Amino acid sequence: MARIGVFICHCGENISATVDVEKVAEVASKLQGVAFSTHYKYMCSSPGQDKIIQAIKEYKLTGIVVAACSPRMHETTFRKATAEGGINPYLCEMANIREHCSWVHEKSEETTQKAIDIVRTLVAKVRRNAPLFPIKVPVTKTALVIGGGIAGIQAALDIANAGHKVIIVEKQPSIGGHMSQLSETFPTLDCSQCILTPRMVEVSQHPNITLHTYAEVESVSGFIGNFDVKIKMKAKSVDHSKCTGCGECWQKCPNKKIPDEFNAGLSNRTAIYTPFPQAVPNKPVIDRANCTWFTKGGKCGLCKKTCKAEAIDYETTDEYLDIKVGAIVTATGFDLKHSDFFPEYGYGEYKDVIDGMQFERLASASGPTAGVIRRPSDGKIPEKIVFVACAGSRDKAKGIEYCSKICCMYTAKHAMLYKHKNHEGKAYVFYMDIRAAGKGYDEFVRRAIEEDDVQYIRGRVSKIYEKDGKLIVKGVDTLLNAQPVDIEADMVVLATAVIANKESESLAQKLHISYDKHHFFAEAHPKLKPVETNTAGIMLAGACQSARDIPETVAQASASASKTIALFSNNEMSREPAVALVNNVNCTGCLLCQEVCPYLAIEKEEIKDRNGNILRYAAKINSGLCQGCGTCVAMCRNKSIDLQGFSNEQMLGEVMSLLNKPF
Amino acid sequence: MKVGYYPGCSLEASSKEYSDSLFAVAEKCGISLEIINDWNCCGASTAHNLNHELAVALPARSLALAEKQGLTEIVIPCAACYSRLSQSQYELNQDSIIKTKVENYLNMSISGSIKLLTVLDFLHKYIFPVVDQHIVNKLNQKTACYYGCLLARPKETSTIKRTEDPMEMEEVMQKAGATPIKWAFKTECCGAGFSVSKTDIVAKLSGKIIEDAADRGAESIIVACPMCHMNLDMRRPNIKKQIKRDINIPVLFITQALGLSMGISADRLGLNKHYVPTDKTEKCIIKKEA
Repeated sequence: MARIGVFICHCGENISATVDVEKVAEVASKLQGVAFSTHYKYMCSSPGQDKIIQAIKEYKLTGIVVAACSPRMHETTFRKATAEGGINPYLCEMANIREHCSWVHEKSEETTQKAIDIVRTLVAKVRRNAPLFPIKVPVTKTALVIGGGIAGIQAALDIANAGHKVIIVEKQPSIGGHMSQLSETFPTLDCSQCILTPRMVEVSQHPNITLHTYAEVESVSGFIGNFDVKIKMKAKSVDHSKCTGCGECWQKCPNKKIPDEFNAGLSNRTAIYTPFPQAVPNKPVIDRANCTWFTKGGKCGLCKKTCKAEAIDYETTDEYLDIKVGAIVTATGFDLKHSDFFPEYGYGEYKDVIDGMQFERLASASGPTAGVIRRPSDGKIPEKIVFVACAGSRDKAKGIEYCSKICCMYTAKHAMLYKHKNHEGKAYVFYMDIRAAGKGYDEFVRRAIEEDDVQYIRGRVSKIYEKDGKLIVKGVDTLLNAQPVDIEADMVVLATAVIANKESESLAQKLHISYDKHHFFAEAHPKLKPVETNTAGIMLAGACQSARDIPETVAQASASASKTIALFSNNEMSREPAVALVNNVNCTGCLLCQEVCPYLAIEKEEIKDRNGNILRYAAKINSGLCQGCGTCVAMCRNKSIDLQGFSNEQMLGEVMSLLNKPF
Repeated sequence: MKVGYYPGCSLEASSKEYSDSLFAVAEKCGISLEIINDWNCCGASTAHNLNHELAVALPARSLALAEKQGLTEIVIPCAACYSRLSQSQYELNQDSIIKTKVENYLNMSISGSIKLLTVLDFLHKYIFPVVDQHIVNKLNQKTACYYGCLLARPKETSTIKRTEDPMEMEEVMQKAGATPIKWAFKTECCGAGFSVSKTDIVAKLSGKIIEDAADRGAESIIVACPMCHMNLDMRRPNIKKQIKRDINIPVLFITQALGLSMGISADRLGLNKHYVPTDKTEKCIIKKEA
């Protein structure tokens, strides 16, 4: 005979303002199987939980229904209290009378009646609940870090320094990411490469880190603690174990007109190349799409003839590597909208209208102009530069409503760098608002305005066009009585919107993590789980989640690392026991369930007699792989599979009680 | 084939040549335009500055009359009239409260289902399929296609594909044998209705448009709006004073330019009604090679 306790929560006034909680408690006390019922202002608080613990002991309860918020919010809390009271935690269920009732209805008798109905169904379920026990699974103490930018580097180093193995997969031939392209960094103007390259070297030399560059994640299966990952190692065409990185090959390569990605298209590179002189690993790969040997069928071959180490091998193919990891940190970074996105700014037609990353390269000592800011069209040093903030960002008409967050700061930095290098030059910044809410950030912007004489104009730019060799920037000064402003500039820098990496959608699908409508990866909770995803064991770091600057990225990367390290601190971990279970006495072994299982969790089991002769076959669920989706339960022809915690009997009990029918 | 027609005030008076050339081109292609009987003013730039309901109700009356007359599509050559009529229909379809109010004022019901066409929509939909057989001349000129502010905006009611850099007029002018130029001012404002009250501002704004077209080698400017035409053509003396340059490139309605390539006479197209002489454009017409 069931002895169920029902606990109704007021949730402050969240529930009690619309639902008559006293009445719900009173009606609940008369339901079949209910031995005790009460209500309280904050059931989740310590005295609230004590009520549950005490009642279990006092009334010898065998099941608990807490009518409060969503189980996503507090199921763990109340199951823990239930266990403290001395009974199996899975005998406790939550009736969601907040999100499903009080929050969405006005105060009325019907609302109270709905709350009663919800409680009644859960009581009917709990009467049929069975004790369950968490599933123990081993943890593979190796982490996969996807992306070798500053986020991936930081996460990898933190995890590796805690004594765990890390595998980094980087798409490009070198790690370093966007940060390696930057000139100086705000708000301290320290050189980006100077602070980054030591970290890159540390990664390459760390005994716990394995680095796979020019590689991509091909597929991911498994679950927290036990992911199986297939990595595609793109053919480098260069044997890095033989290559000394001497550089003769790329000096000889005749194909020198390929737009250089590292310099944001402002210079050219060869077909066999390292992205930049400080690359890690500092050994080249052949870009086969642009190499004469591969495009013109075996012509050229100069690099191979040149290479004294005999490291060049045109015959290598893409290879696949299977690895097992316990956690994954996704740190795939961002992209920028290019300047050809804007019809009003010439659709990329004007060479001297560039984006922020291109300006970084112009200002960088390692850039195509060796740090002298020259305009791309004719190499002249511009006398007047206009910087346009919010180019695309915060613009619903352009489909990008969000703030790109880093632009206010890097635009101030750009203007400052230009003024530091060209004292006579004029720098203008068109802006909507200045968002400089970081440590030392506002001071930095004030410095640009007050000490470096950067002209800030609050208003937007409606048009840019070329006239007599000048770029005419038409804007408005909204602080000067909305006067139209026309500036004849030599160069324009658009702080174009930060957008998601173009492969982020397909990667999210491989990882089974969610992403928002702009294809940025979604965190599990915007406030309380900012680095976790909805898939346990997969963490986020950096701008793949949303636009972020370096300090924030590094902080988040360390947070992901600490989540990973916490996971690795146990040899095995517990999983929720809500998985499918086969009754192999009834199972006919038709294995229809195997075909529909999306997680490949069902295998064929041999049922043998005592002499070891096979009598028949049955389905068997691998509880480590099963995600409890219930598809197999629906498919089973003779009801031999049930989902623990959500059994057919429990579900039917709920439905029948809702219909007020005996069951 | 028959298409409904809403002239608006300009096309009956100051821009009669726009109407004449539209009719001439349509007739050549076997399309008759049926005027909305008892149509009324769209409210122009005045109504929507004074009274929102009036601004919806005035065009709504013409729309209701067109529906009553059994028209399913109407071409509205004036960009401002198109803007007002399409905006009114859009609001009636979006907002049932204002729709009820307006229907009560007018004592007529409106289904809001009429398809409204700008002159560019009309040319693309009805003239393009048959235009090749009617084109006999090549308009051997570099032309600047000027859309002005209203033809491509706002996004909700515009039929133009790329608001900031539309190409629909260029496509028409290519058919006429002309070479459309790339320029920066195709969707800039000419000053519009301030022509009367703030002529200096109009001269400044229109001056920039004419200058950019001239500097990029345009030999004519093609428009599809009576207000644009008036400011760029009739205000040329004010513009000359403002920009201190005498630029005499003519301004043609798109239907006039297309009409010339179809071999319709300059008189029929009303080219004699312009302030800036159009003879240079007329002279550059050459017979299309067979």
